[in-house]
Amino acid sequence: MALAGRTAMRWARLRSPCPAAALLCLPPWLPAGPVACERLYSSRGKEKLDMSTYPVESIRNFSIIAHVDHGKSTLADRLLEITGTIAKTGRNKQVLDKLQVERERGITVKAQSASLFYSHEGVNYLLNLIDTPGHVDFSYEVSRSLSACQGVILVVDANEGVQAQTVANFYLAFEAQLAIIPVINKIDLKNADPERVEKQIEKLFDIPADECVRISAKQGTNIGKVLQKVIEKIPPPHCNTADPLKALVFDSTFDHYRGVIANIALFGGEIQKGHKIVSAHTKKRYEVNEVGILTPNEQPTHKLYAGQVGYLIAGMKEVTEAQIGDTLFFYKQPVEPLPGFKSAKPMVFAGMYPVDQTEYNNLKSALERLTLNDSSVTVHRDSSLALGAGWRLGFLGLLHMEVFNQRLEQEYNTSVILTAPTVPYKAILSSAKLIKEYGKAEITIISPAQFPDKLSVSEYLEPTVLGTIVTPHEYIGKIIALCQDRRAVQKDMLYIDEHRVMLKYFFPLNEIVVDFYDALKSLSSGYASFDYEDAGYQAADLIKMDILLNGNPVEELATIIHNDKAYATGKLLCERLKDAIPRQLFEIAIQAAIGKKIIARETLKAYRKNVVAKCYGGDITRRMKLLKRQAEGKKLMRKIGNVEVPRDAFIRVLKRQTDK
Amino acid sequence: SAPCPQWPYCRKRCSYCNFNKYVVPAVDEVAVRACLVREARTLLRLSQVQSVTSVFFGGGTPSLASPRTIAAVLEAVAGAAHLPAGAEITLEANPSSAGTPRLAGFRAAGINRLSIGVQSLDDAELRLLGREHTAAEAWGAVEAAQGLFPGRTSIDLLFGLPGQSQGAWARGLEAALELCDNHVSLYQLTLERGTALAARVSGGALPTPPQDLLADMYQTARAMLVAAGFRHYEVSNFARKGALSTHNLSYWRAEQYIGVGPGAHGRFVPRGEGGCSREARVQTLEPDAWMREVQSQGHGTRRRVVLSPLEQLEEVLALGLRTDEGITHEHWGHFSPHLSLEAVFGVPGEAKDLQQQGWLVLDGSGLRCTWEGLALLDSLLPELLCQLQRR
Repeated sequence: MALAGRTAMRWARLRSPCPAAALLCLPPWLPAGPVACERLYSSRGKEKLDMSTYPVESIRNFSIIAHVDHGKSTLADRLLEITGTIAKTGRNKQVLDKLQVERERGITVKAQSASLFYSHEGVNYLLNLIDTPGHVDFSYEVSRSLSACQGVILVVDANEGVQAQTVANFYLAFEAQLAIIPVINKIDLKNADPERVEKQIEKLFDIPADECVRISAKQGTNIGKVLQKVIEKIPPPHCNTADPLKALVFDSTFDHYRGVIANIALFGGEIQKGHKIVSAHTKKRYEVNEVGILTPNEQPTHKLYAGQVGYLIAGMKEVTEAQIGDTLFFYKQPVEPLPGFKSAKPMVFAGMYPVDQTEYNNLKSALERLTLNDSSVTVHRDSSLALGAGWRLGFLGLLHMEVFNQRLEQEYNTSVILTAPTVPYKAILSSAKLIKEYGKAEITIISPAQFPDKLSVSEYLEPTVLGTIVTPHEYIGKIIALCQDRRAVQKDMLYIDEHRVMLKYFFPLNEIVVDFYDALKSLSSGYASFDYEDAGYQAADLIKMDILLNGNPVEELATIIHNDKAYATGKLLCERLKDAIPRQLFEIAIQAAIGKKIIARETLKAYRKNVVAKCYGGDITRRMKLLKRQAEGKKLMRKIGNVEVPRDAFIRVLKRQTDK
Repeated sequence: SAPCPQWPYCRKRCSYCNFNKYVVPAVDEVAVRACLVREARTLLRLSQVQSVTSVFFGGGTPSLASPRTIAAVLEAVAGAAHLPAGAEITLEANPSSAGTPRLAGFRAAGINRLSIGVQSLDDAELRLLGREHTAAEAWGAVEAAQGLFPGRTSIDLLFGLPGQSQGAWARGLEAALELCDNHVSLYQLTLERGTALAARVSGGALPTPPQDLLADMYQTARAMLVAAGFRHYEVSNFARKGALSTHNLSYWRAEQYIGVGPGAHGRFVPRGEGGCSREARVQTLEPDAWMREVQSQGHGTRRRVVLSPLEQLEEVLALGLRTDEGITHEHWGHFSPHLSLEAVFGVPGEAKDLQQQGWLVLDGSGLRCTWEGLALLDSLLPELLCQLQRR
C-alpha cells in the first residue's frame, strides 16, 4: 500500500530536524529543547508545512463533548501537551478557550480547533481536535463542529456522573452517527466512583462498561490511552484527494487585518494558495490567499488535502460571505454541496439599551463588531419612550444572552440595560384582512405591540423545549412541583442508578427563560443539572397584559403571557412598580389589565408631607443643588398621563432580576 | 443685614446632629473671641452695610461661650455698622448651659432673644437623641429664660423620632404649649447620614418612622399650635403676638447675611472691594485652620461663588415659599425688576397646574403655598424651578 512508502519518506525527512523523537513525534516546526518550553503556543515559523505526508488513512477528526466543568478543556490541554502541540508547563489552562468569558465561566463559547501530531505503532497520525461549546445554547455550534468529525470523546465526571448536558451531547453525537469514546475523568478525586458512572453510561447509552477509559486530565493519567482509542475507534474521514475540491465551512472568524478566516474541513480534493474557488451558497468567486492548520494558532501550510481540517483566507470581506455550512469548490468544477446546517434560530429576545443615551453610537459599533464573530445574534433597531434608542436582540438561549452581554462589557467596556427576556410567539391569523396585510396566515410575534387581537386569530402558539433534568432522587418531589408550576408536562422519568434520576419534561420556553435554572439549582442545593432542546411550537392560551397608571397604558410594560400566569405576573409587576415609582402629589393606581378587565392593583398613596424641616444659611447651597437636580430629572421623566415615571423605575421593572 | 456669628464648640455630640461642630477638652476662648471679633469687622467692612437688623449667635453651642465673648462680638458689630437699639439679637442655648446667672450675663452682654434647644420633654427621648439635659432641666431653663427674656424666648422641639408614636408626640406638644413663650420651632428629625442615630436606624436597631405617621404628626402639630393662637409663619416655625424671628425671616426673604466663624455661610454683596453681585460665601470649617486664616488675613472665607441672577431667583423661590406670606410682588421685583412674578408664573405651565390642584396661590399680594401646599413644598419646587428656568 502507498501508505507505507509515504510514511517512510516522512520519517526520513523528519529524522534530521528532530533526532530525539522516538515515540513522541514533535511537529516539524517546533524546535526541541528548552526554548520551546517557554512558549505557550507553538511558534509560528515562516516555513510552511507540507501536509501531503498525512494521507486520509492517518487522519482522525474528533471532538470532546461534556457537561460543564467535567473537564473537557483540561483534557484538551493534556492532548495538546502530549502531542507536543503546546509546551508542557503548569500554565496551560483552557488553552483553547481564548475568550475572557470562557476562562472566567469555565465554559466554551466559540469552538476552536487544533491539529495534533501523534505517532502510534510506527504511524504518524494527524489528529484534528475540534473543540465544541459545552452548552445547549450553543448546540448549533456543537452540531457544526460534529459535522467535521467522525468521532467524539464523551467526558463524564467520575464524581458527578452523567448530567443533563452529557445526555444532550451524547444524542447529538449519536444522531450524527459518530464513534463515541466514553471517558471518565477526575478519577483522582476522593469521592470518585467510576464504577457507578460506567453503569450509568451502560444503562443510558448502551455502551459496555469496559469501553470506558478512566482518566485524570488534571494529573495526566491515562491520556495516552485516550489517544490510542481515538486512533483505533474513530474511522478516518471517508474521502479522496483525487476527487474535485469539496470543502465544508464549519466556522468563521473575523480578523480586522486579514478579513474573514474560514475554518474548513476537506471532504475531497486539495486546496492551496492561488486556487480559484466558488461558494456554493453565494456563487461568488474568490482566489485563495492562504491555507493552513490551527495549532491552535494559524500555521500556514503549502496545501490542505482531503480529510484534513484547517483554515482558509480568500479575500472574503464580511462574515456573511463565509456562510457556515457552505460548500466551497473549484471554479468550473462544481460539486454536489454538502447538506449544510439549519441556521440557528433565536429563541430568546431582549431589549438592549445604552445606560446613557450619549453612549448609543459606541454601543452600536461594539454590537457590530461583536456580531461579526457571532452571527447567531439577531439585531433589530428598537426604541422605547422610557429607555431611548436601543435594539431588540435575539439570542439562542439564556446563557448565550448572558455571555454576549458579558463579552460586550468586558471586551468593549460598555454597560447596558438588558430587559427581561421574552420568547417568539406565533399566531395563526383568521382575519382575511390581516392575512392579506402580512401576506401569510402564520406570523411570529416578537414584541407585545405586534400582538394581534384574539378576534382575528384562530390560534396562538408558543415555543416549547424538551428539558432534561438529572438529579439526586431526594429532590424529585420539589423538582416535579417546580416543573408543574412552570406548566411543564412530564415525558419520561428514569433512574440512571440507585440514587440518580433523569426527568424529561416538555416546557413552554417562556417558563424557563427567566429564572428556572436558578430555582432548580437552589431547591436542589446545586445538584440538579438541566439542559434543553428545541421541541417546536404548541397551541397556547396567550393574552396581552397591559400595565396602567391611573388608567393610562404604559407601552413598554405590556407583556404577552399565558392566561394561567396573568394574575401572578400582573401582581408582581404592580408590586415592583409601586416600589419603583416615587410618591407624587396625587394617588396613583397601578393596575394590570387584560383588555378592559383589571386583574391586579396596587395603590401608591399621594405624598402628604414632603418638605425639608430646616433651611437656614448653611444648608441652602446644598438644598438648591438637590432641587435643581430634581428639576433636571423631571425633564427626563417619562409622563404617563399625569404620572411621572423615572427611567430608573422602568429599568428596575424591566431588567432581568438576576443574582437574587 | 444680619451677621450670624458661629460658636463651633459643643460639650457633647448629639446622636442626630451633623452640623459643623467640635467637641474639644479646652477651648482657647480668648483666641476664638479675638478671631470672631476680627472676622466680624473685616466682613462687615467688606459688605459696607450701613445698618444691622439682627444678630444671631448659632453653633455649635454658643451658650457655652462666655458673655464676654458675646459682648465683644456685639461691640465689634456696633463699631463697624449701625446697630439699632431694637435690633433682634438672638443666642441659641442648650438647657444644660442656661442657668439664670449665666442667662443674666448674656442679657447684660446685649442678647435680647433666646432660642432654647429643648428638643423633647421626655427623658427617654432625650437620651435617644443623646442630649445632655433632662426634661426637668429643660423646664427650668425655659422658665428662667422667660423671666429674663419675657416674650422673646423660643423653644425648639423635634418630632418623628424612631419609635415615637402619634400620641406621644401630641402629649409632648401639649406639655410644651404649657411651658412655651411666644415662639416655637418644630423640626421633623432628619436622619442625617453619618450620625449615630441614622446608623442605628439603617442597621435595624431602631425603626424607620413611617411617612404617613410623620405627615400626621406634622398636621397634628400645626392644628394644635394654631388652636393655641400661633401663626404658622414658616414650614417649621410658629409665633404668636407678633413674635416672629426677624433674623430667620431675613434668610427666607433672601436678604443679606454675613456668616462669621468656622463653617458659617453668608450671602452678601462685597461692595467694599467694588463687587456688585451677591455671593454665596463659606468660612473655613475647621476652627484651628479658620483661626490661623483670620489671624493672617483678617477673615477665613474659604469659598465664594457669585450667584447669577437666575440662581438668586431660584433661592428667592425656594426660601420665600417656605413662609406663609410667600413671595410678594415687591420682594420679587427687588431681585427681578424686569420679569414679574406674573410673567413667569401667571402663564400656562406648572404653576397654573399647581394652583388648580390647590397647592399654590398667585394673586395680588404675590406667590405663596396654600395651607396644604406648604407641607408638600419640596414636590412643588422642582416644577416651579423648571418653569423659571424656561424664562
